[in-house]
Amino acid sequence: MANLEDRIINAVVELLRIVETKLPSDVLEALKQAASIEESPFAKAQFEAILKNAEVASKESIPMCQDTGLIGFYVKLGDDFPIRSKLNDLLIEAVRRATQEIPLRPNTIDPWTHKNPGDNTGRHIPFIHIELVPGDELEITVMPKGGGSSYVAQFYSVPPVEGIKGLKRVVLEAIYKIGPLPCPPVIVGIGVGGTEDLVMFLAKKALLRPINKRNENPEIAKLEEELREKINSLGIGPMGLGGKSYALGVNIEWAHRHPATFLVGIAIGCWAMRRGTLRISKDGEAEIISHGVKL
Amino acid sequence: MAEYYLKTPISENDVRKLRAGDVVYITGIIVTARDSAHKRALDLARSGKIEEIPIKLEGLAVYHCGPVVKKVGEEWKVVAAGPTTSRRMEKVEPEFIKTFKVRAIIGKGGMGPKTTEAMKEFGAFYGAFTGGAAALAAAAIKKVREVHWLDLGIPEALWVFEVENFGPMVVAIDSHGNNIYEDVMRNARAKLDEILKTL
Repeated sequence: MANLEDRIINAVVELLRIVETKLPSDVLEALKQAASIEESPFAKAQFEAILKNAEVASKESIPMCQDTGLIGFYVKLGDDFPIRSKLNDLLIEAVRRATQEIPLRPNTIDPWTHKNPGDNTGRHIPFIHIELVPGDELEITVMPKGGGSSYVAQFYSVPPVEGIKGLKRVVLEAIYKIGPLPCPPVIVGIGVGGTEDLVMFLAKKALLRPINKRNENPEIAKLEEELREKINSLGIGPMGLGGKSYALGVNIEWAHRHPATFLVGIAIGCWAMRRGTLRISKDGEAEIISHGVKL
Repeated sequence: MAEYYLKTPISENDVRKLRAGDVVYITGIIVTARDSAHKRALDLARSGKIEEIPIKLEGLAVYHCGPVVKKVGEEWKVVAAGPTTSRRMEKVEPEFIKTFKVRAIIGKGGMGPKTTEAMKEFGAFYGAFTGGAAALAAAAIKKVREVHWLDLGIPEALWVFEVENFGPMVVAIDSHGNNIYEDVMRNARAKLDEILKTL
């Protein structure tokens, strides 16, 4: 069992290294596509720098952005996978080691004392969400999230009578409000319905879905497209210097709502959308399935 | 759109030549400062202890950045060092420019009307470096000359970098009152109002 624990730690360090240094293929493709339609020299220059930066970071295995983020884990734990609650400690240990080895910027600050423990861990951080699923495998998705994009997260309570029209309104007003701040081009994650905690969770979880994959409900998929077009038509463009691409994609996740509420959560993923998924068998065989890397 | 290669210390004359939309590269010394460093520097200046600030900032460029660094032996190496969101410093930047006579603020996401006004009055500009392009930025940083205020944590410390042709940066706010972000957002507001009517 100790052996399997070590393998998990090693695999998660490797997952973090790959995620911090290499963009997922859907993001890279979306960036190239967006770059190809820009006309303004400012916008073109931003895309040129972004794509060149991604190339250098990947080749030299250095973090693509100096803000290596607060780290969140989204775990699917198989019923028959032999490690259970110990998993929390293993993930925390992996974050400590990754911080030293990659290295990552130490980002956890005590809000009261301003002290930084220096290893990217702290109270409730890394954020760990565990979902129990059938099977004997462990699947770990990681999303390190930079402060610039979290700084502009939004929460709205739309009057239910306004409904979907209100949803569209607050999303567009939110984008106008945050403008150049979160390192556009961005991915816009939208949570709809549920409760105040769930709606923000859904908004953030929406960022885990690949940009080129629309919501499985065709009506919601259409709404995602409509919102992306409307957002881009504001002309804020990459880095807010004007241009055609602000949103690379809009992803919506939803839950049933209370009759009296129509909650909307908005989470923004910057162009450096770092995410990746690791799968480990009960025998310790590991593969980073998001980036096609066998460990 | 002209291209300029500036050397620190940057003179007021250098700054006044620049127009919004120009492209700039800086060679010389840039100093990182984020929220906490701005606050500490201004607290010291306000209480008459300006000499306790470990570096003279006049004519230099302030970089809104919290780098990834590693220590190799006695020396710090910069791994990744892109810009952070400048808007957080909007409340303190006008006083910072006035007090320390910095000539360039480097960051991403732009700054507001008060900083634009201070840049016009005291002669400074805002250089927009592509947000997140941390590997590119690190390549232009040749050396960590000094680091101060590490007690604020690595991202918040004052990192004194020697840089060579740090850029390209777009002059997004010049010393004549022009602010590209404000122009872009004014157009966005008009477009938004149009869309809201059709929902």
